[in-house]
Amino acid sequence: MAHAYTPGLRVTESAVIRKRRILPIQGTVMVRVGQKVTASDVVARAEIPGKVHTVNIVNKLSIEASETKRFMKKKETEVVKKDEVIAENSPMIKWFKTSVTSPIDGTIESISDVTGQVLLREPPRPLNLLAYIEGTIVEVIEREGVVIECPAAFTQGIFGIGGETSGIIEPVAKSPDADLTPAEITSAHAGKILIGGRHASMAVIRRAIEVKAAAIVIGGIHDKDLREILGKDLGVAITGTENVGLTLIITEGFGSIPMARKTFDLLVGKKGRKASCSGATQIRAGVIRPEIVIPADHAGGPGGPEGERTGMKPGDPVRIIREPMFGRLGAIKSLPPDLTAIPTESHVRVLVVSFPDGSEATIPRANVETIES
Amino acid sequence: MADRPVNVVIATDCGSTTTKAILIEKVGDVYRQTFRGEAPTTVEAPFEDVTKGVLNSIQEIEELSGRKILDGEKIITPANGNVGVDIYVSTSSAGGGLQMMVAGAVAAMTGESAQRCALGGGAIVMDVLASNDGRAGFEKIERIRQLRPDMMLLSGGTDGGTISHVVEMAEYISAADPKPRLGIGYKLPIIFAGNKDAAKRVQEILGEKMSLEVTDNIRPTLERENLMPARHRIHDLFLHHVMQQAPGYKKLIAMCGAPIIPTPAAVGDIIERVAKKEQINVLGVDIGGATTDVFSVFQKVFNRTVSANLGMSYSISNVLAEAGLDNIMRWVPFDIDEQDLRNRIKNKMIRPTTIPFTVDELMIEQAIAREALRLALTQHKMLAVGLKGVQQERSISDAFSQTASGQSLINMMDLHLVIGSGGILSHAPRRVQSMVMMTDSYQLEGITRLAVDSIFMMPHLGVLATVNEKAATDAFEHDCMVYLGTCISPVGVAKDGEKCVDLKISGDLTVNESIPYGELKLYKLDVGKTAKLEATPARGFDVGAGKGKPLTTTIHGGVGGVLVDTRGRPLVLPTDKKQRVAVLTKWAKALDLYPELKR
Repeated sequence: MAHAYTPGLRVTESAVIRKRRILPIQGTVMVRVGQKVTASDVVARAEIPGKVHTVNIVNKLSIEASETKRFMKKKETEVVKKDEVIAENSPMIKWFKTSVTSPIDGTIESISDVTGQVLLREPPRPLNLLAYIEGTIVEVIEREGVVIECPAAFTQGIFGIGGETSGIIEPVAKSPDADLTPAEITSAHAGKILIGGRHASMAVIRRAIEVKAAAIVIGGIHDKDLREILGKDLGVAITGTENVGLTLIITEGFGSIPMARKTFDLLVGKKGRKASCSGATQIRAGVIRPEIVIPADHAGGPGGPEGERTGMKPGDPVRIIREPMFGRLGAIKSLPPDLTAIPTESHVRVLVVSFPDGSEATIPRANVETIES
Repeated sequence: MADRPVNVVIATDCGSTTTKAILIEKVGDVYRQTFRGEAPTTVEAPFEDVTKGVLNSIQEIEELSGRKILDGEKIITPANGNVGVDIYVSTSSAGGGLQMMVAGAVAAMTGESAQRCALGGGAIVMDVLASNDGRAGFEKIERIRQLRPDMMLLSGGTDGGTISHVVEMAEYISAADPKPRLGIGYKLPIIFAGNKDAAKRVQEILGEKMSLEVTDNIRPTLERENLMPARHRIHDLFLHHVMQQAPGYKKLIAMCGAPIIPTPAAVGDIIERVAKKEQINVLGVDIGGATTDVFSVFQKVFNRTVSANLGMSYSISNVLAEAGLDNIMRWVPFDIDEQDLRNRIKNKMIRPTTIPFTVDELMIEQAIAREALRLALTQHKMLAVGLKGVQQERSISDAFSQTASGQSLINMMDLHLVIGSGGILSHAPRRVQSMVMMTDSYQLEGITRLAVDSIFMMPHLGVLATVNEKAATDAFEHDCMVYLGTCISPVGVAKDGEKCVDLKISGDLTVNESIPYGELKLYKLDVGKTAKLEATPARGFDVGAGKGKPLTTTIHGGVGGVLVDTRGRPLVLPTDKKQRVAVLTKWAKALDLYPELKR
C-alpha cells in the first residue's frame, strides 16, 4: 500500500533545523563550512542587475532607425550621467538642434538600428542574503547559497503574512483560549514576537504595528481583518513579501480558534528567548508554512533530526480542520479501513476521534491534521 | 501514424499533489481500464524524485491486480502472461505545470495567436507582451524580469511583414535577461515563431543569452494561423529542457515508452479526437484545486484556456474575490453569515485537502464551483475567437448586420456535448448535482448532452493515443466517460407559469407534457438508451430550430437522465434572499438534488 499523506504542522521542543538559503541569481557565498552565524549575518551576496530604461531616438530626432548610431554621442557599455546628452542631431541652423539626454545614471546597454531604441541600465543593486537563523554552515552551494543547521525548538503556523524577522519571545495572552486586547500591547513590546491565544482583532494588529512589534503569533484572525491589512482580498495563499509593519502567524485558521495547547505551552516556555520567524506561506507546489525557530540555548541538548512522516495511528493527537467541529483537538481512537458514508452521501475513509470531554466523532481522514512533534 | 501493437499498458499522470496510475488491458478485442492506483506526488522535498510517487502508484495497481509490473525500480516490459506491461506512458503537471510567457507584435493578432499556441501546448500563460499592450518599454522589461517562466514564445509579424516590432520585443527580452523558474544556472529556452525575415536579427539579439529555437511563423498571413510547429517545439523543449531541471524527471523520461506531455495538452488531444470522430462541437472542463482548464472544439477549431487562479481549493478564495459574494450566494439555498462564509472559504484555501462533511458545506462548495466554471468559460470565450485583423468581404446585404472579425466561436446553442472533469464534478455524491452545476454555470441552450470523466483518466488516454489510438478510444468510450444525460433548455424569457415548451418524447422514454416557464424537471432515461424528442417551444422561445419553431431530434440517456430546464435564458435568480431560498429549494426538491433540506 502506498503511503497515506497526513498533513500536519510540526510543534517540537527539540529538532535539528536545516535551512537552505539560496540567492535568486548566482553570486558570491560569504561564509565557509563549519562557520557559526547569527540571524543577521550575510551569508551570500549577489548583484541584481539595475532597472532598464528605454529612449526612442528615432522619434525624438525624427530620423530613420538605421541612422540611429550615426547620431549617438555615446557608445554601448559607456557610462552616462543623468541629463547627459546621449544623442544629438546637427542641423545647418543651430536653432533647430535637438538633443536627447539620459534619464538616469547608468550605462548604455544597447543601441538598435532596427527600432531606433536605446536601452540604458541603472547600476546593479547589491543583494545581501542573511542567515535568518542562528546556526552552523553545513554546506556551501558554490555561487548559489548555503545550508545552515541549528538545534532548535520549532513550531509551524498554518498561514502567515510578512517576511523573515527575529526578536524576543514575549507571551501576552494568559491562556490559549484568551483573546488578545489592544490594552495588553505596550511600547515595551517593540521588536518582540508576541504570543497570543485565540484571536487577534484588527485593533490588536494595529496596536502591535504601532508599537513596532516584530511579530504576532495567534490562533486565528477574521478574513475581513486580513483584507483590511492587505488592502485586498487574498486570492491564493502565496505570501511572505507583504510589507505591513509586522509578521503575522496564525496557528489554527480563520475565525476565533483557541491555539493548540501544545503550541501555546511551547512558546510560553520560551519566554525571553531569541527566535527567528517568517510568515511566508505557500500552499501549492512546494509547501511553505510560516514558522518560529527558537535556537536551543547551550544548556539544552541538540535534539533529534526531523523524523520521517508516517501514517496516522491510534493515539495520535489531531486537530479537526473543517466544519462542523473546526478547531477541536482530540486523539485518534480508531481508523476503520472501509469507506464510510458521511452526511453528504460521499463514501470516504474516516477515523474516530475521542475528545478530552469523553465524547467521540467520526470524521473524514481528510478533515483532520496530526499535530507532529 | 500506425498504432503500436500493445496489450497491456500502464499510464500515469503526475499531478501537483497526486500521481494517478491506470492499467489498461486488452480484453478480447477491446481495451479496458481495469485497475487504478494513486500516491502522493514526490517532486517536492523531502523526496525530490517524481519517480518515487510513480512507483508507489504502480505498486498499488500491482497489489490490486495481482500483476507483477515492477522489478525493483524498473518497469518490466514487454508483458508476458501476468507479468509486465507492453508500454509505460505518462503526462505531467507536477511542480506547477509548464509556465510560459509569450510575446507578439500586436496584442490582438500575433499576441493572441501566441497565447493560443502556448495554451494549446498545455502551458499556463503568465503574461502576454506586445508592442501595443499599453505598457511602456521599461514596464515590459520589469515585468519580464519579475516573472520566472519555464519557457518563452516570441512571435510577431506576418511573413514579409513588420520586423521592427519583433526586434523591439526581442530587445526587451534581451535587456530583461529572464531567469528560468527551475535550475539557477541554465539558459532559458525561447521559441521564435514570428516573421521569418526577422529571424536573423532575433538570433543576433537573443542567440547568446538564451537557448533559442526558431520555428515556422504561427501567423504566416493575417488569414492563417499555423500553431502546430511551434506547439511541437514547446513539447520538445518541455521534455528536453524544462523537465530535465525537475527532480527525478530524467529517470522518468527514461522509464517511459513515449514522450511525456503536459497534462492539459493530453486532455486537449483526447477532446479534439472525440470532436473529430463524432463530428460534433464539444466543450470540456477540468476544474482542479488551483486551476480550471476549458477546452472547446467549435467549427472544427480547437481552443484551450486555463484560468490559472480559479479552482476549488488552493484558489477557492480567488473565486470569491473574482465572482463576489453575491454571485456565490445566489446558488446557496439557505442564508449564512458573511463573516462565517468568508472564514470557511479561507480555511479551505489554507487546508486544501479537506472535504465537505455536511450537506450545507457541500452546497456551498457546489455554489462556488458554479462560479468558477462560469468565470472560466467567460475567459475561454474571449480567447476562443476567430482570427482578428482578417479582411472580410462584404456584400450589400451585410451592410446592416456587420460583424467585426474576431467573434467568439463559442455558441452555446450549437454545443453538442459537455464533458466535465475534476473532483467536484466527477465525484459529486449524486450525479444529477454535476448535471445541474454545469447547466447553471454554462447556461446550456437547446439540446446538450452531458458527461463526466469517471476517474480523471483523460490525460492518460491523451498520451496513450499518441502510441495506440484504438486503446485510448476504447478505454475512453467504455471506462472514462460517464454519460449524465441530456439537457433541454429553451432560450427565452417569460413569467413563471407561462407556457414555455411542449415535449413529446417516445422510445425508451415516454413523455407528453407541456412544461411551463420557471421549472426544472428530470426524467429517467438510462445510459445507452435513446429517445425521440419533438419539442415545440412557445412563441419567443428557441430550442435550436429558431424562435417558436419545433425541433425533432434524438436524445441520449445517462446516469442522471433527461433534464428539462425552463428557467429561461439568460437565467436570472431572485435578488431577494427569501425568494431566492424558496426558488432554489423548489428546484432542488424537484430534482431530489440533496439528501435533506430540513431547516
